Amino acid sequence: MSIRLRLDKPWQPLTAETATRLPGQLGVYQIADAKGAVLYIGQAGGRSIFGLRSELLREAEERGPGCQFRVEVNMQYRSRWFELLMVHQADHGALPPDNAKNPPPTLGRLSPA
Amino acid sequence: MDFEPSSEQQMLIDQVRRFVREEIIPLEAKLDPDASELPAEDFKRLTDKTKAMGLFGIDIPKEFGGPDIDIVTRVLLAIEMAQHRAGLYVPCYGTFGGAGLAQIFEANEDQKERYLYPTLRGEKKPFFGLTEPSGGSDPARAIQTKAERKDNGWVLNGAKLFISGADRAQYGIVFARTDASKGRAGITCFIIDSDTPGFHVRRVVHTLRSSSYATELEFKDCWVSDHQVLGEVNKGFAVANARLTRQRIPYAAGCIGVAIAAHEMAIEWAKMRTTFGEKLANRQAVQWMLVDNEIDIRTAKHFTLEAAEKARRELPFRTEAAIAKLTASEGGGRVVDRAMQIHGGMGMTKDLPLERWYREMRIRRVGEGPSEVQRMVIAREILGSNLR
Repeated sequence: MSIRLRLDKPWQPLTAETATRLPGQLGVYQIADAKGAVLYIGQAGGRSIFGLRSELLREAEERGPGCQFRVEVNMQYRSRWFELLMVHQADHGALPPDNAKNPPPTLGRLSPA
Repeated sequence: MDFEPSSEQQMLIDQVRRFVREEIIPLEAKLDPDASELPAEDFKRLTDKTKAMGLFGIDIPKEFGGPDIDIVTRVLLAIEMAQHRAGLYVPCYGTFGGAGLAQIFEANEDQKERYLYPTLRGEKKPFFGLTEPSGGSDPARAIQTKAERKDNGWVLNGAKLFISGADRAQYGIVFARTDASKGRAGITCFIIDSDTPGFHVRRVVHTLRSSSYATELEFKDCWVSDHQVLGEVNKGFAVANARLTRQRIPYAAGCIGVAIAAHEMAIEWAKMRTTFGEKLANRQAVQWMLVDNEIDIRTAKHFTLEAAEKARRELPFRTEAAIAKLTASEGGGRVVDRAMQIHGGMGMTKDLPLERWYREMRIRRVGEGPSEVQRMVIAREILGSNLR
């Protein structure tokens, strides 16, 4: 059984046009700069209006051009979000810069094999 | 046995019920439906309130600063505390405090100084490391994590699975095999600091319960000194077993609380909702579902209070705890399922707490010993110990 810890889908440009084509489902996403450095790991939770679509539309509007994103539809969006944050922290020694501004109060630590 | 609450118990029940309805549920309406934690400022504010109510840390024994509330009353309060969306696994979001792990109260003085008191002060969080990939229901035989003698201490090698909170804990209680030839008499309980070299939290284990998660642990040449043995070498199984039995009573209480909340929602909805020109409450099919809910709840509550009463009187309560856990987790699951059916499509949405309770209640039939193990415990009592 292989267990995928990291989000490794190809990046897409973060624009209103690409975000509009996303599903309205719940899940997690990553935002990166033009070089692929992860800036933020987010979640489209149960209170989002149109799931990933509305969250990424908001991100595109707030961040403007030059960013990329990738998403994962996942009903376990909360535990997956915590997992992605912890894996990023283990890989890079710190949270993504935009998560570090307001870190979750009870984030744990992983040491993935 | 008379389980009618005394006037003093009723006063405490009313106090906690008001707290849940006036403080927790309004806050919860703004959180993610799968959230398990409050914003820090709300947590602090509400914790100050439970302290002012004299109910903070109600599971802490009196000699360690707890408010000295008996187990029957604690069950009645636990039923109230669970009656909100996150209530099954995070009653009142932890604002009534925790007691840490029951086993750590049995630690020696040095260990109490290093682990128990910091835990009670909220400075350290523990985890409980029993279940392994080889199984969880039969820990005496399934434990394959080994601890071998080396350099005035022990070296642990192995893995643990479905361990809650290990990624956030400062230490944990871990069970390992110290004598392969002795079965359940060859297991020892260790206290492991989470910064010990060789201790790893390898991954998150995703389950139905997205609000929180379990983890998988690995011990790779993880050395600990003799000072980290909790209790006596080769007597760890008794430590684990005592906890598993006692834990079944509050576990059942949480299921009952959620079942009551789901049942009340279903009653309210049935009285309000009209289909084909008739209130749902007037339809026999719905009435019978509500009656079955009532019976499931009353049955579970009776058995859970019976188990608590026996524990309070320091009588054997292993069988009673098994019956309580079985009836509350299975009955609670049925109640939530029927409440969803009565709500129709709305019952499936994240707009209501029912779908979260449905997912989390399913886990309750497996957690803290699955229904089949509870039935085994009860069967042994009925048929005699020669079945072991």
